[in-house]
Amino acid sequence: MKVEQISIFLENKPGGLAQVTRVLKEKDINIRALSLADTTDFGILRLIVDKVQEARDVLKNEGFTVGRTEVVAVEVPDRPGGLHIIVDALSSEGINVEYMYAFVERSGENAVIIFRFDDTDRAIEVLQEKGLRVLPGEKVYRL
Amino acid sequence: MIFNEEFETLPREALEALQLKRLKQVVQRVYHTVGFYRKAFDDAGVKPEDIKTLDDLKRLPFTTKQDLRDNYPFGMFSVPMSNVVRIHASSGTTGRPTVVGYTKRDIDMWAELMARCFAAAGLTKNDIIHNAYGYGLFTGGLGAHYGAERLGASVIPMSGGNTKKQIMILQDFGPTAICCTPSYALYLAEVGEEMGMDMRSLRLRVGVLGAEPWSEKMRQEIENKLDIMALNIYGLSEVFGPGVSMECAEGRNGLHVFEDHFIVEVINPQTGEVLPYGEEGELVFTTLTKEAFPLIRYRTRDISRLMPETCKCGRTFVRMDRVSGRSDDMLIIRGVNVFPSQIESVLMDVEGLEPHYQLIVAREGALDTLEVQVEVSEKIFSDEVRKLQDMEKRIAKDIKDYLGVTAKVKLVEPKTLKRFEGKAQRVIDKRNI
Repeated sequence: MKVEQISIFLENKPGGLAQVTRVLKEKDINIRALSLADTTDFGILRLIVDKVQEARDVLKNEGFTVGRTEVVAVEVPDRPGGLHIIVDALSSEGINVEYMYAFVERSGENAVIIFRFDDTDRAIEVLQEKGLRVLPGEKVYRL
Repeated sequence: MIFNEEFETLPREALEALQLKRLKQVVQRVYHTVGFYRKAFDDAGVKPEDIKTLDDLKRLPFTTKQDLRDNYPFGMFSVPMSNVVRIHASSGTTGRPTVVGYTKRDIDMWAELMARCFAAAGLTKNDIIHNAYGYGLFTGGLGAHYGAERLGASVIPMSGGNTKKQIMILQDFGPTAICCTPSYALYLAEVGEEMGMDMRSLRLRVGVLGAEPWSEKMRQEIENKLDIMALNIYGLSEVFGPGVSMECAEGRNGLHVFEDHFIVEVINPQTGEVLPYGEEGELVFTTLTKEAFPLIRYRTRDISRLMPETCKCGRTFVRMDRVSGRSDDMLIIRGVNVFPSQIESVLMDVEGLEPHYQLIVAREGALDTLEVQVEVSEKIFSDEVRKLQDMEKRIAKDIKDYLGVTAKVKLVEPKTLKRFEGKAQRVIDKRNI
């Protein structure tokens, strides 16, 4: 029930991001979701793509430092309080969120929240116990 | 002004006779008391008795900083520890400084040398000396302190740092002279100006500045900003500390080497050949009077040249030109000696860090800055910002702890640092000095 996310180290300099997107475009790799964490000097680009292994290989070949992390995708109805249901469930079980980002599915009915946890397995267990919809990787890549 | 008229103006012939007598003594002494020298002399096939003229000095082997490290901490001492009254150290590779010891007589001698320096700068017992060299293991603070006391001047033992307080004391105590690094003198001037003070109206009239390379241009800038006469002092902890040579106020052209206590040579750093006066090369010192830590032909790695022409101040001592550079890759950052290899060992200690790094040295305003650029490999990369920032902080802290220098650590993408064949170009020095 885990989703593979790739992360890329980027220095804060013009053209850095463009180089990543160019490589992905050339290889016909589609980005499903992304988030960019930045500091004054560097950024970490986190991507969920349709072709994980290929994306990783081509970016490494281009000289980027690429990491691979397991994250969790949770689907909730796209309406007020949707996110709160999940966060409330996690907090009541003492699960710590390292970071998260979200996108809305094409149909517009549901939102998908990507979570990065310290203890991924435990988090999935808790979410499922609470009856929340944890999406398998295969599904997220093809959304 | 000349502190020790008798010795500082000895006719060359008498001076050389004195040097030869002292050289013979020190060579005998180190041969019989320091295992390192006995072995080095034996390996070179030279006996103390072979030293019959000053020219025979070049038969003796050189001593290097590596030799001092190999004999860490006290292996080069030539007297029992019971006779050592002080220990100083200079920064060395990680956790391994170069250690020097002093007997009571060494401390006395050093105080006289520093007093000579202050006198050469035109200072007397009527002066108040603001000593902003660091007190501690570094030789600068205590060296200048004892010299100022020997001269009879009033010394303010400020040490380094705490710049705003320094400025308050400069204003309120009215010192007439200051000892610090040239870059710190400029920094004081700048901070003072920012605080809205007229730094030219202070009572300061002389700066005795050293412990890092500086230029004539920088001298003019310091003199303009503080309205003082800035003079160059030279020394290195292995050879006492500050007070090995000093510029005189009269000549202001080269630093007089106190030749009754040292023999100075200039060599070709590649071949070791002794160069004639006037030619640029690496400075090599032999100490003639030091008891606890004598040095024979110590290679300083500092590049300079010797000027034998007599000086209008009356001193007969040869002068050395201001140090123009180094024959190794040592950097002097805010007066602290830093070797790229030291940074490298800090990086190696940070788990998994490949030593692809580059050092950028620059000068912001008056202060040197050090940026350590480290390539982010997959091993150390994390998708969490906090972990990468923690690593930056840890590297910076380790550098500060081990080397005593503040560095900004910047993570960079792999292969952004230039790769060099053979010896890596680890340092980009943007300081224009």
